[in-house]
Amino acid sequence: MSTQSILGLFQQPESAADAMDGLKEAGFELGTFDVLTGTPYPEGAFGEYVPQHRLFRFPAFGAIIGFTLSIFLTSVTQLAYPMVTGGKPILSIFAMLIIMYEMTMLAGVIATVIGIVFESRLPNMKPGIYDTRITEGWIGVVVTFDDDSKVADAESVLNKAGALEIKHAK
Amino acid sequence: MQQRRELDQVYTNRKLLNGQLDTPKWWAPTVTILGIVVVLGLIVIAVMINKGLGMTGLARPVYWGLFITTFVFWVGISHAGIMISAILRLTQAEWRRPVTRAAELLTVFSLLTALVFPLIHAGRPWRIAYWIMPYDLARGIYPNIRSPLNMDPVAISTYLTGSTLFLYIALLPDLGNLRDRTTGWKNAMYTVLALGWRGNPRQWKMQTVGGILLSALMLPIFVSVHSIVSWDFAVASAVEGWHSTIFAPYFVIGAVHSGVSAVVTMMALMRWLWKWDDFIRPEHFDALARLLIVVSTGWLGFTFLELIFALYGQDAPEIALREMQMFQWPWNGLFILFFLTAYAIPVPMWLFKRVRTNIALMFWTSILVNIGMWLERFLIIVPGLARRTPFVYTWEAYRPSAVEWTIFIWSFAWVTFLMLLFSKFFPLVPLFEQKESQVFTTDVMIGRAKVPAIIREAD
Repeated sequence: MSTQSILGLFQQPESAADAMDGLKEAGFELGTFDVLTGTPYPEGAFGEYVPQHRLFRFPAFGAIIGFTLSIFLTSVTQLAYPMVTGGKPILSIFAMLIIMYEMTMLAGVIATVIGIVFESRLPNMKPGIYDTRITEGWIGVVVTFDDDSKVADAESVLNKAGALEIKHAK
Repeated sequence: MQQRRELDQVYTNRKLLNGQLDTPKWWAPTVTILGIVVVLGLIVIAVMINKGLGMTGLARPVYWGLFITTFVFWVGISHAGIMISAILRLTQAEWRRPVTRAAELLTVFSLLTALVFPLIHAGRPWRIAYWIMPYDLARGIYPNIRSPLNMDPVAISTYLTGSTLFLYIALLPDLGNLRDRTTGWKNAMYTVLALGWRGNPRQWKMQTVGGILLSALMLPIFVSVHSIVSWDFAVASAVEGWHSTIFAPYFVIGAVHSGVSAVVTMMALMRWLWKWDDFIRPEHFDALARLLIVVSTGWLGFTFLELIFALYGQDAPEIALREMQMFQWPWNGLFILFFLTAYAIPVPMWLFKRVRTNIALMFWTSILVNIGMWLERFLIIVPGLARRTPFVYTWEAYRPSAVEWTIFIWSFAWVTFLMLLFSKFFPLVPLFEQKESQVFTTDVMIGRAKVPAIIREAD
């Protein structure tokens, strides 16, 4: 028994949505089928599973790291060479705040980008079955299964929904 | 938004990827000429570093001249990207779609160029490391974080890193598109760069949510960068004309004025050179001009406030400086030129719709703005140093040398060269944004009129 994928190609979003509904009705579990498009469609346009994500945690986590590092960088470097200038305190809080602000934001942005890539499940150098016409406006409905006996069921659903072409991959 | 026509995705791909899949006839000669100018500029920079800053016109008391003016100018231009991309994305302005990539790109390349100027201005660029990097662990000597000259590289590096990552994340769907349209080594390159992009709902959701999140994070950085650049001057209490509390917002709004104008220039060039009439339409120039009217008028208000604050104190040296800036030759000539080009000519013209939708007029007026905004920075930086002050026995000694002018011209050639090089490998207009706009557009009948309408998802 090996993992198989089939890809049904559609030109109309309504047909792709019908295919997604059909797969649900045929007993295919959520997560075993997905829709591929070359452009963002409104959420739920294909009745697809709405993915949950934890992207908002990434910038907060990055900002905390950046802020901590910035306190270290700005205070330790000044204390390491404690030269009094004009009788002012060694630690110049307002000047430190500027550097701390920039470092906090920088780490926040970097963590967000890592978060976007991670939550998009990228990089994925073996992305599986695909068709280049998807970036020309076609819509792909991809079904993945371990059980060979389900191939015929999936094909039947895709054909019934009006798939213009069906591709197979192992 | 009634000028759009229905476009299918195959046509959108073919037109917007024409720079990558084909090579326009003008591309190779233009890049070659720019490449020659870039190389010549680099040679001049190398010679100047070898011989020393004596080759420039910089002399006591004017130590900050054309290089620092051009540095501030390019940092200002860089503010286009986040202004257009982040603010318009957050406000869901529909007309942002063809503009965002070019604006983000302008940010990255102009920041890269801006960074060159303080480096070469230092005379011995390698010594810059001594003042920005925590370098000397053995002796315990570290950079002085109290100096804006240290804050500046930190802010600009943050902005450059953030903008580059922002640009890359927004490129991912288009890299997937290019992977699907290419073969050979190009396909291998795009396959790696696209990271395995497929376009499933999870990836699109991350594009949307991530784009908004990054926009929200980049906005405060965008404000901080030019604020900190302005403090290079504002904290110098000994120089009249520099020491002003209003400089941070004044510089930020000035940067937006020049940056958005530069985007207009670039949009016009993109429409003409790549023949993207279907994508970059007069309505986009109309919207940008309306934005510019608001921004430039706000900027004019700050310009007058800065002048009024300076004069209100009745401080004799400050009044003397303003008198020199506005009434003494050659500064008065430059001042008039600055006011005419940055505001008095373009903005009244933009009040008329037939100007706002005329691409040639928008192109030339946006260039005028940037001539004016460069002069503004020159008039802030140089007269304050050139003025005769007590115990200074040389004054008005600054005449930019041929070396400085050559490096100044080099910077424009360099930014254009990088843009054209980028355009050979990556699309200048985000394809997925264009296509999304097509998906979200429908015609509605109002009475007997068929009106294109944009559907927007509820949050």
